[in-house]
Amino acid sequence: MIVDPDVVGLSRLQFALTALYHFLFVPLTLGLAFMLAIMESVYVMTRREVWKRMTQFWGVLFGINFAMGVATGVTMEFQFGTNWAYYSHYVGDIFGAPLAIEGMMAFFLEGTLVGLFFFGWDRISPLKHMLVTWFLALATSLSALWILIANAWMQNPVGAAFNPQTMRMEVTSFKEVIFNPVAQSKFVHTVSAGYTMGAMFVLSISAWYLLRGRNVDFAKRSMTVAASFGLAASLSVVVLGDESGYTVSENQKMKMAAIEAMWETEPAPASFTLFGLPDTKARETHAAIRVPWVMGLIGTRSIDQPIPGIAALVDDAKLRIADGIKAYDAMLVLRENKGDEQAKAILAAHDKDMGYALLLKRFMDDPRKATPADIQRAADSTIPNVPVLFWSFRIMVACGMYFIFLFAYAFWRSSQRRLEGRGFLKMALWSLPLPWVAAELGWIVAEYGRQPWAIEGVLPTALGASSLTAGQVWISLGGFVLFYTALAFVDGYLMLKFARKGPDGLGMWPKRPDAIPVTAQTV
Amino acid sequence: MFDYETLRVIWWALIGVLLIGFAIMDGFDFGVAALLRILGRDEHERIVLLETIEPTWEGNQVWFILGGGAVFAAWPLLYAASFSGLYVAMFVLLVAFIIRPVGFNFREKVDNPRWRAVWDTCLIASGVIVMLVCGVAFGNLLLGLPFHYDGDLRMTWDGSFFQLFRPFALLTGLVSLSMLLAHGASWAAMKADHVIAERAARVSRIASAVYIVLFVLAGIWLAYGIPGYAVSGPVVTDAMSNPMNKQVAVGGTWFAGYLTHPYFWAGPVIAFVGALGLQLFVGKRGFLGFFCSCLAVAGTILSAGFALFPFLMPSASDPTSSLTVWDASSSRGTLLIMLGVTVVFIPLILLYTGWVYRVMRGRVTLEHVRKSHSLY
Repeated sequence: MIVDPDVVGLSRLQFALTALYHFLFVPLTLGLAFMLAIMESVYVMTRREVWKRMTQFWGVLFGINFAMGVATGVTMEFQFGTNWAYYSHYVGDIFGAPLAIEGMMAFFLEGTLVGLFFFGWDRISPLKHMLVTWFLALATSLSALWILIANAWMQNPVGAAFNPQTMRMEVTSFKEVIFNPVAQSKFVHTVSAGYTMGAMFVLSISAWYLLRGRNVDFAKRSMTVAASFGLAASLSVVVLGDESGYTVSENQKMKMAAIEAMWETEPAPASFTLFGLPDTKARETHAAIRVPWVMGLIGTRSIDQPIPGIAALVDDAKLRIADGIKAYDAMLVLRENKGDEQAKAILAAHDKDMGYALLLKRFMDDPRKATPADIQRAADSTIPNVPVLFWSFRIMVACGMYFIFLFAYAFWRSSQRRLEGRGFLKMALWSLPLPWVAAELGWIVAEYGRQPWAIEGVLPTALGASSLTAGQVWISLGGFVLFYTALAFVDGYLMLKFARKGPDGLGMWPKRPDAIPVTAQTV
Repeated sequence: MFDYETLRVIWWALIGVLLIGFAIMDGFDFGVAALLRILGRDEHERIVLLETIEPTWEGNQVWFILGGGAVFAAWPLLYAASFSGLYVAMFVLLVAFIIRPVGFNFREKVDNPRWRAVWDTCLIASGVIVMLVCGVAFGNLLLGLPFHYDGDLRMTWDGSFFQLFRPFALLTGLVSLSMLLAHGASWAAMKADHVIAERAARVSRIASAVYIVLFVLAGIWLAYGIPGYAVSGPVVTDAMSNPMNKQVAVGGTWFAGYLTHPYFWAGPVIAFVGALGLQLFVGKRGFLGFFCSCLAVAGTILSAGFALFPFLMPSASDPTSSLTVWDASSSRGTLLIMLGVTVVFIPLILLYTGWVYRVMRGRVTLEHVRKSHSLY
């Protein structure tokens, strides 16, 4: 049965929008949680009140953001089932496990401790409270680890095999799924990106206070923490992003070629295209400025291995589709007759390519009837959107380089105790949106670049959708857009309100001698 | 050590544990939220009510998230079929769940009665919607749902959203609503200032009385008015998960299991003991009242789960496509690994959750709220 292309398109749009939206909040939670833990540790070690107030003030902003992250995360956990039912059936045996483990190992800890972070100040000792904050921070990153193990399996599906009796992929080695090299590089890259975002958030808002001459002590201390934490994080995000690039080139050659707009295989070592205008029709890149050797070094860490171009990969896909059809045929035989030894042997020999035969299912019910023209069409469909990937990647990398520069500069200024320069403060303030730009583009490179696959080489996205009607998806998509837009306004309003009020406006700093904890009324 | 059949039964039980965990832990949050403007007559009283749940509701909601994840991991066919089939209902449920984190967190961030009234409405609506939808879903499971599989095991839904509002399902929706209102009120009776607690105890007694009547009615209706499902022919309990390899007969009774396994009656008995105990102990000193409402919640879910066993999601339009414990699970390897993870982490979760509740113990008083309210 061919799934309604409208349902597939709308479901993809809904997933992309809800995931990108969710990802506005998650990295900030990751980063701020650690900064809170660091600030509170300084408080516990020095017992100076300003550090407690810093933890509490940034904690208020953390709380607003955390609520949004949790709220929008609910959608993600359930959307696989609602909109990607066949995907859930086909790979649930593997994919569900990391999500469930995330819940048990990380999110439960996070959800249980976050209340204590806010309500526990007077109920537990400072040391215990600090431990709560640390566990909260660790749990957020642990949560990211399991989500990225699941995601990495979509990029590099290891440790699983197709079972014709159950019509799905089943685990063969859970160890391989967990220790997926893609998961490791993705995890460190993603959490570092989150730490960078948290640091930028604190740096920028503190810069604004200094520009206004408000909360000076408070802001300077915050900036010092942000500068050092941000420098370490931005260095690791770029270095480990390179690791991520290397693992991509190992198992997602098409994504790599699309990011580079590399239409033809270049002699090794390949050059890096700094600028260019990829033309998908003509399959070439106009006005390209190339830096020799760099791509070959990043992608293969050698000077003699070529990186295959798009044309070569499409030819490769054609062969794999032909092989996949053999596997598909054997699978149908086995479904009728479990004991057919010949079919078993054929399936075993070709099941690595069965996903490629499924690419044909977008165009026809029975891949076995494919003509060479159909196969060509399916092979062409393996090329992702080259210009979008090409530019998303470049802007993301440029942002990353800029972060290193900015945090290094901030670090240097803070070590010189010269944080006041207005030029620097303005630069820090106006850089605030950039981590979000980089993070969202990073998501686009990773996930839009995975298309047309839901699971690389195993399950085409178009096949993974639920058997819904377009009308149903319109209802939910429209609902999410309205609802999320309203939430975005409320979130933005509260963030601005509390950032503007600042620790002084909230009565947190300087602490009044007669101060009682903030009441609902004074807020 | 664990064969496939045993693992499947264990995972059926574990999903039951998660469901009961969700209904007990998140259930009282929903109940309190839904009663916010009935139990809380002014702003301070409402803050008291909210502060009885605010420090812990977040962790409680993870029972729901984990329930989703665990069903995905252990029963992927059930996850896929129920969530996509009940598409619009799931969307409504999701919205109700999404509004809660922001509702709790944002409500007290602006000192304006209209702002707070809007969030109160959101919290009340989300509480009522979740309690109703979950109950309606259970009723529909017992009635059978309209879906079938093709040879690729792709599921097609044969019904629409509005067909879910069948009379029996509406009744089970009300069972769930009255049960969780009684449960939420018994929490408030234990945790809130005495002024509110007295009111809450009264509400809890009324709601649980309604619950007993509705629960009995639903039982009678189920016994005499609703055909049960049964696997006909040989039951293979350790075959690979493919629902299309069995035969299903419709027309028996959902109480068949109760006749062959008398200990199934523990479910309804626990529910009655809980509800009756609630009448006696709610509003009295100690936690006995709340413990009783927990029993009522657990007993109700056990009753429904036992009636359905071994069915997870019966299909009315193509009974063969029904999902059962024996044909909708993950592979043996996944069930085993997930069991190992669960055995380690669920006790840890209970441990630190218990610690947090201990730290937050004691009543939230009006005096405390008037004096100080943590900026959350």
